[in-house]
Amino acid sequence: MSYILPQASSVSLSIDRYFLGSLALCLAVLLLVTFFIVYFSIRYSRARNPRPEDIEGNAALEVVWTVVPLALFLVMFYFGWTDFRTLRNPPPDALAVQVTARQWSWSFEYPNGKRTGELYAALGRPMRLELRSADVIHGFYVPAFRVKIDVVPGRTATAWFLPRLLGDFDILCSVICGTSHSAMLSKVRVLAEDEFKRWYFSDDRSPRPANALSKGGRDARPPDSTSPRAAGAASGGRAAPRPSQAGRADRGAALLGEKGCLSCHSVDGSTMVGPTFKGLFGSRQKVAADGKEQVMTADEAFLRAEILEPDLRVIDGYPAVMPPSELDAGEADAIVSHLKRLAK
Amino acid sequence: MSYLDRQGKGGLTSWIFSTDHKRVSLLYLALMTAFFWVAVGIGVAMRLKHLSGSDFLVSARTYNALFTVHGVIMVFMFVIPGLPAVFGNFFLPILIGAKDVAFPRLNLLSWWLFLAGACLALLSLFTGPGAPDTGWTFYVPFSLRTGTNVSLAVFAAFVLGFSSILTGINFITTVHRLRCEGMTWHRMPLFVWAIYSTGWIQVLATPVIGITLLLVILERAFGIGVFDPARGGDPVLYQHLFWIYSHPAVYIMIVPAMGAITEIIPTFARRCIFGYRAIAYSSLAIAGLGSLVWAHHMFTSGMADLANIIFSLLTFLVAVPSAIKVFNWTATLYKGSVDMQPSMLFALTFVFLFTIGGLTGVMQGALGLNVHLHDTYWIVGHFHYVMFGGTGFAFFAALLYWFPKMFGRQYDPKPAYAAWVLMFLGFNMLYGSFMVLGAMGMPRRYFAHLPQFHSLHLAATAGSWALVAGLAVLFGNFLAALRRGAPAESDPWGGKTLEWTLPSPPPPENFDKLPVVTGAPYSYNPKAPA
Repeated sequence: MSYILPQASSVSLSIDRYFLGSLALCLAVLLLVTFFIVYFSIRYSRARNPRPEDIEGNAALEVVWTVVPLALFLVMFYFGWTDFRTLRNPPPDALAVQVTARQWSWSFEYPNGKRTGELYAALGRPMRLELRSADVIHGFYVPAFRVKIDVVPGRTATAWFLPRLLGDFDILCSVICGTSHSAMLSKVRVLAEDEFKRWYFSDDRSPRPANALSKGGRDARPPDSTSPRAAGAASGGRAAPRPSQAGRADRGAALLGEKGCLSCHSVDGSTMVGPTFKGLFGSRQKVAADGKEQVMTADEAFLRAEILEPDLRVIDGYPAVMPPSELDAGEADAIVSHLKRLAK
Repeated sequence: MSYLDRQGKGGLTSWIFSTDHKRVSLLYLALMTAFFWVAVGIGVAMRLKHLSGSDFLVSARTYNALFTVHGVIMVFMFVIPGLPAVFGNFFLPILIGAKDVAFPRLNLLSWWLFLAGACLALLSLFTGPGAPDTGWTFYVPFSLRTGTNVSLAVFAAFVLGFSSILTGINFITTVHRLRCEGMTWHRMPLFVWAIYSTGWIQVLATPVIGITLLLVILERAFGIGVFDPARGGDPVLYQHLFWIYSHPAVYIMIVPAMGAITEIIPTFARRCIFGYRAIAYSSLAIAGLGSLVWAHHMFTSGMADLANIIFSLLTFLVAVPSAIKVFNWTATLYKGSVDMQPSMLFALTFVFLFTIGGLTGVMQGALGLNVHLHDTYWIVGHFHYVMFGGTGFAFFAALLYWFPKMFGRQYDPKPAYAAWVLMFLGFNMLYGSFMVLGAMGMPRRYFAHLPQFHSLHLAATAGSWALVAGLAVLFGNFLAALRRGAPAESDPWGGKTLEWTLPSPPPPENFDKLPVVTGAPYSYNPKAPA
């Protein structure tokens, strides 16, 4: 299995053993049945055996091919259950991370209040996830970990893993959740324990050598790594003391990654679900509000309103799918400052 | 005079208002074939989209509508009515020596309901806000929130459900009441046993989906709050209700297919079926156990661990009766005299592909592994092996088997063999690639795919071309035979069941004089009395 998918968590080893074991067993049964079908078809073809013989059945054979599969299936059931037991019982010392799924992004909040749009984990340290959905059902799926759990609104789902390989691994949404279901992607970045700790107890949004680590990174999105260390941005966007204009814009840039805005809005001018942020500030936009169409300038007030109350006005040519904001006014201002910068 | 000859004033009305079970069968066949090709076309379009990992050919929103509509049409308008509506209607009365089904007018009404449901489904595609984009499972709360035509589409499925229930009632009654003299339960052909078992599932399980889909409509229209968590409802409740029907529906799809295979193999092996009672009772066992395994579709939904464990155990148990059938079919070839006609080739291919589908189903029934495989292309591959490799290939095998009887014309076997080669290779290339993709972690219902999945997507798309080419050859061959096929004999394959005692095509009321049955259905070489 490691040829087609890394075995990046502790449980992946035993799940793969099960996969290969049951696959081998099933292939053996398939080959056996196929062999007899082909052999009988040739050996007893009409040319070779023109005079068939009626054999109505054989009670002993019926018992054998009822009991033997039953026994094999019960063994398969048992080992499937033991893997599941492991998956369902996180170790008590696991670091608890709160996960919020929404159309179409993931956000992660650590016990000390740090928030990220990608999940950071330490090699060899168990992590427990408590997952909630803000809208419809999503599925948290990390193939390299063999971990998946549906995130059903109104419930708290739990999952856990213990990373055994360094590197970046895909987080995918596994339950159809709307237009951009297949763009609801993120990553787990597994760091060495000391590196993880350094980051965890620092003011940094993302570990600084993250770029060096992300070899083979396919994700074109620039989530946290685009933001240089934001001087004024304390962890979790809380208690930021009077940020400077540039500092505020930097914080806005970081928020775009954290809050999942970049799942639907590009910063390079390409069209995604929503309008691109590049050159958005100051542009003229045709909008529909209260059933009427009008052309408006995307100034500070316009953008702030779009972020905080997306249902109010819908920009022409884009679906009305932007979820209600969880941002406060200060955060919206920070994003607007950054958008202003992107206009240049 | 045959049932195909002009009746009364002739024309379309002599068909769409006919209560002759054979004409109703052909009405279903025509409608279902049309929908089958629509859904095949949509499937091909989806495969073409995956020639590129990102934006290509269609938008994400259209793509989501495509897989939803593909699923709805294939499940509700082809595979579920499938063999019972076409071959059950045509051959169930004949196989038990009856002139028609128990309720011929109810039978016609079932077809009209089917037509109405199909029209509603089409309406949901082209009117209002457009085709639903939720997947054929209509999971809440997304199906409550999406602006697309979900209410109309689920109402269509609701109407189609009534067609299915009424057909089930009709067939159960027919088997109980209309068997000819001497046709005891254990002299019934095994296709009849299969249709009978299926009838019970249709009658008992379908009302559940009807009520569930009505609740979705009510929830969307009035926000009654049964399923919506924002109003105190429970999305997992919806999943339970949905699968309480939709898992048994899998057996509505596959059990009649198994029944048809059980007719075909003895005929071309020219010997009696091996283990008649084992096959008959395993159909009933599947119908019973199959209604208790629904929640294996929900191992990652967050339901209680004990419930997961129980449903996993039951899932392994339901695999046993299917395994019994596979072994008995194989044993039926032993010391037979096998004539590898196209129908036999498709029937044995069914056994091979269905075994793959069944065994992969057993693998994913294990709780730990299921967590990794659930909602990936592995699942999509698995159920296509069961639904298409199983029911689909059995449908084609049955059509190849009964075509001369139904239409009174014989087809050329050579194009059918060529179609088999294309279909077999294309099928495995397409859905085999899906299974590997799923094991690698490719989630289903993804408009865009990540680069590590690209080469297998290309292989799958290439496979889809071979598969569709094979299908085109197969159907083209049938059309050619309809136009200029040689007249068929009454028993071209040397079959021993009652349909082969009738002329091809059969007369309007089948039997001038009802037959009297004196022995087992597949006695090719009765031993001389000792």
